[in-house]
Amino acid sequence: MIARLTLRNAFVAAVLVLLALVPVYAALTGNTFLLSLFTRIVILAMAAVSLNLIMGFGGMVSFGHAAYLGIGGYVIGILAKEGVNSGFVQWPLALAVSALFAFAVGALSLRTRGVYFIMITLAFAQMVYYVAIGLDRYGGDDGLTIYKRSQFGELINLSNKTAFYYLCFVLLLATIYLVWRIVNSRFGLLIQGARSNDRRMRAIGFPTYRYKLTCFVIAGTICGLAGALLANHTDFISPAVMHWTRSGDLIVMAVLGGMGTVLGPVLGALALLVLEEALSGVTEYWQIIIGPIFLLVVLFARGGVDGLLAGMRRG
Amino acid sequence: MAEALLEIEGLSKRFGGIVASDGITLAVPKGELHAIIGPNGAGKTTLITQLAGEMRSDTGRIRFENRDVTALPTWRRSQLGLARSFQITSLFLDFTALDNVALAVQAHAGHSFHFWRDARSEPALREPARAALARVGLAERADVLVSRLSHGEHRQLEIAMALATSPRMLLLDEPMAGMGPDESARMVTILRELKGELTILLIEHDMEAVFALADRITVLVYGRIIASGLPQDIRANAEVRQAYLGEQEQAMQGVAQGAGHG
Repeated sequence: MIARLTLRNAFVAAVLVLLALVPVYAALTGNTFLLSLFTRIVILAMAAVSLNLIMGFGGMVSFGHAAYLGIGGYVIGILAKEGVNSGFVQWPLALAVSALFAFAVGALSLRTRGVYFIMITLAFAQMVYYVAIGLDRYGGDDGLTIYKRSQFGELINLSNKTAFYYLCFVLLLATIYLVWRIVNSRFGLLIQGARSNDRRMRAIGFPTYRYKLTCFVIAGTICGLAGALLANHTDFISPAVMHWTRSGDLIVMAVLGGMGTVLGPVLGALALLVLEEALSGVTEYWQIIIGPIFLLVVLFARGGVDGLLAGMRRG
Repeated sequence: MAEALLEIEGLSKRFGGIVASDGITLAVPKGELHAIIGPNGAGKTTLITQLAGEMRSDTGRIRFENRDVTALPTWRRSQLGLARSFQITSLFLDFTALDNVALAVQAHAGHSFHFWRDARSEPALREPARAALARVGLAERADVLVSRLSHGEHRQLEIAMALATSPRMLLLDEPMAGMGPDESARMVTILRELKGELTILLIEHDMEAVFALADRITVLVYGRIIASGLPQDIRANAEVRQAYLGEQEQAMQGVAQGAGHG
């Protein structure tokens, strides 16, 4: 595919270059907080990109996507607590458990649609949330401190903040590339067709359920990886990561950035978290300002940040 | 008589107190264009929906190519070669015309667990899709977003999508609904070309088109078949005239005169 040099592509490229340079800037200025903030942004952007695969492309509005952040994180936390520190064990297990959970949630929720789908995904996420609160051995409500980050031998030292940032960044790029390949593949076109008109898809001969379920599992697995990263980043995991408002945040990121585009959620995560950081410095009621901004985007700029950039070319 | 491709036996469906289809028994031989007519609410679309498998029937059996398909889901029936079009245009609006048809091709080109290769650059999907578009006269409009196509073009695209599934039988639900005279005439031409090559079950309100195309006609009133036979028999049937055609007497006379030439 030929990448056209549009304002939008230029902007996205600039954002990615800036993201790549964050550790350099942090090192020069000694601003470790900035590096930490952007590590979080990159990780949550990954989660938002995965949510957007099912929500933006597949039309499956999951209101429980933060559950996978928690599941990925708890697998790391619980294993670390039990003395299993090898990332080669922790990470594949985090992915596998996330995938399994996504399979169970998807198998049931995909039999419904609309509001019921949203409610069932939310209900499952709430279940996991309360299970985590009930895990007394692993901190219950207070959460669990992770004393040792995942060990990858000589391969990479996750305690090195710059190395960890670049690992997250590369995994985000890999996720974006993977999702981009998927949405343009046979599988991806099928998923988008099912969003647009599921009945017609079945009429032309597609058993859509199994494909949507697969898509749901892919998204959950990617988000589980983001959860594993998040736990390593904060050295801590608690039920709060899975609170339903966190799922809401992920939806806001996808909508704010522009659903139905692969990169939109990255811009959305960036916009939301930077705004949150900047505004919370000004007032503790920062949500009063974010709310109307979100409303304006939904009302007047359906395509989100990404859509605005694409529109400017025409305007 | 040719072997029956589609056999319907005692098919019924009720919604609460309303009987949408009431013991419908019908056989469509291979190669026939069989039209179903009847007043609004006669249960014509319900019948297509039952045949396509989108709605479970309360009683009765459906056999397609000597195979009982009564319990099969929609997509399995499509895979066996039973393709339907929709009365209310049902397309993928945010895709191009070519993308729409290519999806229909893809549905019959093996499984779709292909995650990597760009599907829009696969000749195996695009070329048959272009051919199907050409058959309905939409070759020039392949790359236009469906939401930008006219109503008449949507109707043509409906047919192209059904054709792209390489069907053995078409279930067409009012392909001429909402069309102007010119567009209708074009659709009649398209259907005439398909006739003979494919077995077709046609639901249509446009009597001129029905009598011009059909080999046999079945009349449905309140979910029941009141007559079934050759076009000239249906035209002469008193019960049919009373139940349905009376209101269209004028149109019928026009058709009768038109048929005189053939």
